[in-house]
Amino acid sequence: MSAATAVVSIKNLKLALPPGADRRYAVDDVSLDLTPGKILCVVGESGSGKSMCAHALMGLLPDTIGREAGEIVYDGHNLLALDETGWLALRGRHIAMVFQEPMTALNPLMRIGEQIAEMFEAHNLLTPKERTQKALQLLREVGLPDPERSMRAYPHQLSGGQRQRAMIAMALALEPAVLVADEPTTALDVTTQAQILKLIRDLQRSRNMAVMFITHDFGVVADIADRVIVLQHGKVVEQGAADDVLLRPQHSYTRALLAAVPSMQPPQRAPLAGRAKAVEVVGLDKTYVSGGGWFQPERRVRAANEVNFDILKGETLGLVGESGSGKSSVARLVMRLIEPDQGTIRLGDIDFTRIGGKELRKARSRIQMIFQDPFASLNPRRKVGNIIADGPIAHGTDAATAHKRAGELLGLVGLNASALERYPHEFSGGQRQRIGIARALALEPEIIVADEAVSALDVSVQAQVLNLLEDLKKRLGLSMLFITHDLRVAAQICDRIAVMQRGAIVELKPTAALFSAPEHAYTRELLAAVPGQTSSSRAA
Amino acid sequence: MMNFWRTMLRNPGGVIGLMILILAVAVAVFGPLLFPTSPWRMVQRPFLPPFTAPGLPLGTDALGRDVLAGIVHGARVSLLVGLVSTMAALAVGIPVGAMAGYFGGRIGDALMRFTEFFQTVPSFALAIVLVAILQPSIVSIVLAIAIVSWPPVARLVRGEVLSLRTREYVQAAVVTGQSHSWIIWREILPNALSPVIVLASLMVATAILLESSLSFLGLGDPNLMSWGYMVGAGRTVIRQAWWITVFPGIAILISVLALNLIGEGLNDALNPRLNKEGR
Repeated sequence: MSAATAVVSIKNLKLALPPGADRRYAVDDVSLDLTPGKILCVVGESGSGKSMCAHALMGLLPDTIGREAGEIVYDGHNLLALDETGWLALRGRHIAMVFQEPMTALNPLMRIGEQIAEMFEAHNLLTPKERTQKALQLLREVGLPDPERSMRAYPHQLSGGQRQRAMIAMALALEPAVLVADEPTTALDVTTQAQILKLIRDLQRSRNMAVMFITHDFGVVADIADRVIVLQHGKVVEQGAADDVLLRPQHSYTRALLAAVPSMQPPQRAPLAGRAKAVEVVGLDKTYVSGGGWFQPERRVRAANEVNFDILKGETLGLVGESGSGKSSVARLVMRLIEPDQGTIRLGDIDFTRIGGKELRKARSRIQMIFQDPFASLNPRRKVGNIIADGPIAHGTDAATAHKRAGELLGLVGLNASALERYPHEFSGGQRQRIGIARALALEPEIIVADEAVSALDVSVQAQVLNLLEDLKKRLGLSMLFITHDLRVAAQICDRIAVMQRGAIVELKPTAALFSAPEHAYTRELLAAVPGQTSSSRAA
Repeated sequence: MMNFWRTMLRNPGGVIGLMILILAVAVAVFGPLLFPTSPWRMVQRPFLPPFTAPGLPLGTDALGRDVLAGIVHGARVSLLVGLVSTMAALAVGIPVGAMAGYFGGRIGDALMRFTEFFQTVPSFALAIVLVAILQPSIVSIVLAIAIVSWPPVARLVRGEVLSLRTREYVQAAVVTGQSHSWIIWREILPNALSPVIVLASLMVATAILLESSLSFLGLGDPNLMSWGYMVGAGRTVIRQAWWITVFPGIAILISVLALNLIGEGLNDALNPRLNKEGR
């Protein structure tokens, strides 16, 4: 690939972070070329500066970011020197962008058709009638079902995948030469993600666009990339053709990242049959009713439909499903954070659903939860020591013992005991998740419910936290209900996996059996949609 | 905490407000030492203009009383009424709002209907009626101001609590077996307080205005000199003796302005996301 054929070249780009940030440059000496008909994947963990590259390319950098050095060359002009009017002509028409979260990137008060037509209007193209026709044609091209109706739909009336298709239609409206996609599938379910990736790939080929695709997921990279750039702390550590980087990584960081990607091969697990049941869930039912007034029918969503499962002592049961499948509701029902309409949850010898008041508060120490978002799950105004010790103190341990124990627990999850006196904001996401785990262990529970406990973490941190959970489970003899949307993660940690769809468990099997011989059509669909499976076939 | 003061001190308005407030508090605390006699005592002939007699820089009023002494003693009443009534309003509004937001459902509905009942009555009219029924005294004035000013606090706290109670750290407290009161006081309220503090600083200003208005209408405590009373007493002779109304009026203006500036500064310091530079 030579620079002559590149549509956009970023040359030695250096962007300075505002003073007081954790490093001096958001992007440090990055050079890359976007070539027509090729997809360049920019990969990195959170904070690696990959989104900053995309925003620089779209002229969307915040004022606080200093443009220190380098240039972005498009069509012979340096885009960094462009003023706002110059950008107006360029954006959308020559360079277009697809954002991560289609719900917030679309105007909630405008119909889809109008939003697409607005692209032409903004550049003073076509007549209103032609604009509508063009929009319809675009919606058909991106594969929205029933384009005529979708034209008149508001964003909230479409599903996440459909919204992302509409966003792509908007980006393509003016036939840009360059498409920037900033984590466009991160907010989507795995089956939808597979469809959107295919769509981007197809459109890019048929229109011969240059695509800059930003992602943190090496599975996605394997599926879509022609070339790959790996960023770490704002610096390029490796770049090259997709196969070279994925199969023959040179830099140690790339190798570490690739090694941290959980594989689809479940490891061998010792059989657990014959053990006592730690949790028994029978006929759990929960229906959410919303709306319903004089003029409006009520909306019913069945979050749990006759859910039955049990977890043996020392076993990890995975609960897998897409968003809206009811897996988080089941976790909250089991924790009794929400009340079931029907059904029983037995923890060993007690019926967890029939008790209340003081008795319930006491019984809660037997089952503890690890939450999804490490930034929201710790009270920002309490010291780490208090956060961990609060639970035991509430259950009657004296404060000195509880704090001493909190220090030991921090050691157990791999943190220094000096963390006791610090506040949560002083820790990184992975460290916060360790604190959350220490809090859950403080009450010496028999069962841990982990609700997407590693989903918000970077892949390398994710691997560490998974190892920690596995290790703690073995050492302390815990049973675990592990909820995740990521089958690769589930494969690594679960003894058995239950697949949920629309509030019901459609398949429950030992992990190895589920991966080798999926029975239900939905399970097969989920397995097929996991990104990154093509790389192994390419290697073969 | 250091960070808070640094942001607060970077805001020039907030610093000016804070300085004026400190000055006002100093006057309220030490002023009566400088003017040990009663502000109601006649010291000179009536209607003496400012800067004409030695020792009476702001002149005398219609009965020959020292205007400066009145202002100094009035600072005590105004600030006291402002602070105490705000405290009382917070003491009612925060628990009501917190319970309404945390428990929701029927309890929440009942508490919010009760709050709305107070909000639908025009607040100043209600305050007048309350003071008139209870006999004007410093206690009844504080009570009346507190009663008319707690509903906004309850509404604000309820909104904050509603959004905080679904946070994961609150759910984590639930699953570790904490009691309701512990969760409300330790987990939720500390995180809901920033906007309440800002509102409280503005409420002190409003309370000072309310007290002045009540005194202006002759519903002040008859034993205590207050700024509102002085403005009210001087209003009939404003053409002949402007200084009787203007100086206490300026005192009200400056102290209310100072509290508003502090409120603004607090808002910037406590909600730092709103004043970050850049897009």
